[in-house]
Amino acid sequence: MKRLAPVLATTAVFLIGYLVCTLTFPNFASLRVAMNLLTDNAFLGIVAVGMTFVIISGGIDLSVGSVIGFTTVFLALVIERAGMPPLLAFVAILAICAAFGALMGSVIQYFDLPPFIVTLAGMFLARGLSFLLSTESIPINAGLYSHLADYALRLPGGARLTVPAMIMLATVIGGALLLHGTRFGANVFALGGARGSAALMGINVGRSTVLIYMLSSLLAGLSGIVFSLYTSSGYSLSAVGVELDAIAAAVIGGTLLSGGYGFVLGTFVGVLIQGLIQTYISFDGSLSSWWAKIATGLLLFAFIGFQQATLHMARRGRLRPAAGVAS
Amino acid sequence: MDPYEDPPLLSLRGFSKSFAGQVALDRVDFMLEAGSIHALLGENGAGKSTLIKTMTGVVPRDAGTLCLGGVEIAPRSAAEATRAGIATVYQEVNLAPNLSVAQNLFLGRQPTRFGFVREREMRRRARALLAEFDIDIDIAAPLGSYSVAIQHIVAIARAVDLSARVLILDEPTASLDAHEVEVLFGVMRKLAARGIGIVFVTHFLDQVYAVCDRITVLRNGRLAGAASAGELPRLDLVRLMLGRELSAATAVRTPAAAGGDVLATFAGFGKAGYVAPFDLTLRAGQVIGLAGLLGSGRTETARLVFGAERADSGAAVVAGRTVELSSPRAALDLGFGYCPEERKTDGIVAELTVRENIVLALQARRGVFNPLSRREQDEIAARFIRLLDIRPPDPERPIGLLSGGNQQKALLARWLATGPRLLILDEPTRGIDVGAHAEIIALIRRLCAEGMALLVVSSELEEIVTYADEVVVLRDRAHVARLSGEAVEVSAILAAIAAESPALRASEAAE
Repeated sequence: MKRLAPVLATTAVFLIGYLVCTLTFPNFASLRVAMNLLTDNAFLGIVAVGMTFVIISGGIDLSVGSVIGFTTVFLALVIERAGMPPLLAFVAILAICAAFGALMGSVIQYFDLPPFIVTLAGMFLARGLSFLLSTESIPINAGLYSHLADYALRLPGGARLTVPAMIMLATVIGGALLLHGTRFGANVFALGGARGSAALMGINVGRSTVLIYMLSSLLAGLSGIVFSLYTSSGYSLSAVGVELDAIAAAVIGGTLLSGGYGFVLGTFVGVLIQGLIQTYISFDGSLSSWWAKIATGLLLFAFIGFQQATLHMARRGRLRPAAGVAS
Repeated sequence: MDPYEDPPLLSLRGFSKSFAGQVALDRVDFMLEAGSIHALLGENGAGKSTLIKTMTGVVPRDAGTLCLGGVEIAPRSAAEATRAGIATVYQEVNLAPNLSVAQNLFLGRQPTRFGFVREREMRRRARALLAEFDIDIDIAAPLGSYSVAIQHIVAIARAVDLSARVLILDEPTASLDAHEVEVLFGVMRKLAARGIGIVFVTHFLDQVYAVCDRITVLRNGRLAGAASAGELPRLDLVRLMLGRELSAATAVRTPAAAGGDVLATFAGFGKAGYVAPFDLTLRAGQVIGLAGLLGSGRTETARLVFGAERADSGAAVVAGRTVELSSPRAALDLGFGYCPEERKTDGIVAELTVRENIVLALQARRGVFNPLSRREQDEIAARFIRLLDIRPPDPERPIGLLSGGNQQKALLARWLATGPRLLILDEPTRGIDVGAHAEIIALIRRLCAEGMALLVVSSELEEIVTYADEVVVLRDRAHVARLSGEAVEVSAILAAIAAESPALRASEAAE
């Protein structure tokens, strides 16, 4: 349980925050608001899952916001201008994104470059490409889009579990299973905890690194699809800075930026906290939306401080004696 | 088991390896019997690590054959060696501290079903595996939360479970306490009883005799000798390692200096797991030598005295005042200087010029707000280049381009420029040519005559007896003997290194 402390702390902060919102605005305590929270933050939640993998492996992926932007522009163009069936377009863009991530992972691994620089280059590249494709916002009117946008599981109280929300929940669950339940997930942790040892323990470090960045870009692509569903358009300036929101969500959720430690579920709660702040501000109506950024910044500081404190305490109380040895 | 009937478990014949023309291994043979614990010993640069690396394929060998169980094998990487049955556990445990013990044991080969790790099954197997080593710990806890000893045993358990027939333990005990060493030895004996052959690299002679059946000694890349532990007395072993005959060593000694005022006294000074508490008195105009095998605690003592490591017991009195040697900075302020052993990594700044390297410590002591003018720097550099005969006498040449001996002199100059009262030299003559040796030794004597106190770490016993007024002998991280005056001779030092006597007890009177 001690290992789960950061996640529990994040969850507690979320619940307290929700309680505060409910006390301020009685309408907050409805399933409808909760469901909207999921829908509005679906794209962030999906991309943050990928970011969690990358950060735990000891890396960073700054390109995801641009990849989302590129995805929306690409989809709008091929669906509206080229008339490609949306489903085919989805498959195509996911393949492109996966290849893009694999490329970045390969460069990081085989040229031994810092992930920060490589994915920064990827960020400029993807953003530049989307501007090259189109500088204006292109509405998407394909039938499937309006159908998917309208489709939702109807819940009591007028609440709707939308398709973006469902995709995010599926991603979170799938990501949690992959990270915490498979050999690949264990390798991700091993890479972040002891990169040098991981190779000596027989892990294929190169393959794992490529797969991790591939997964991150793939999820960014999926997030782009969700984003285009959510806005019914493609715009090269969409999702600017989302990579930073995703990093913030992961860190608030208890993932160590230095790698080797983290939880998908924590990241999910981190996303919800950021969404909660947004929602509070829109309920209030008089606050500038920039207060959301300020609140997120303060929260980040608080959580990093909390992490350092727990790490410090863990180190002090560390070194269980070899007393468990029966001799 | 008669070694002449069955083929040995592991046999190396004619292993040779050169690095850039430097011979690191010269036709070394090595035999390991199944079920035996075999010590591989040698001083720095003897070729132990090269032998292990060529054996496990980490480094390609130039010549030699390797047979495991009578079958010739040629692993080209650590992974291949592991698959063949040769596993290595290094001093730095190569596991992931953030993963659970169970994950570490089975990383990359976890039991799975439908792609998912069967956590419960993995934990059951982990518990069963560790139970064989009599270890009962929470295998779901992160590995990093356990002591180094447990981590070593987990690493060994992992290696053995990967069907190792040969287990190489490279200095596993360097950072363990006595109880943990016993636990590890228990594990080693148990594995040997199961027929696994263990190669044990260590610097601790007591441990060799406590656990090993056979001993192989390397020296200067050659096989210096191999014998069963029972047939090789300690003194002979030390001689094999150091390559010296007791009779051969009678160097000219200068009469011991009477020694001036007491500069510093250390009482019960030590750090748990680093160096056992020791007493030491340093006098102006006296040279104290620290002798012992590699890893015996010589450098560690020097670092404690300089404050590079913080002592956790005892007290230091410098010039009549009790001082807190909490950092090199504090030692600098007291007028201490330290020339470390690893010139390349700890000492010189290769890109800077000779002048800049010389004024470095003085400038550091004066602080950023009191910079030395260029003229002062030039004067200081010119003075020491002349005084110590640094060649070429060009203060603006990057120090990395100088020979080892001249780098060493420039390092000395750096400390001399600060006008120290105590100078600590760690292996001042290592890696420099013979001519420069004599110059450095002459310099040590001159400094001493000028009233400086010196503490010199050296593995060159013949040298140490020529300049030291007192020699402290270390073994297994403790000061075991103190020789002074006429008693300072090579044979006495060797005998002290090989002796089985307990460590000198530091006096209890701390204050």
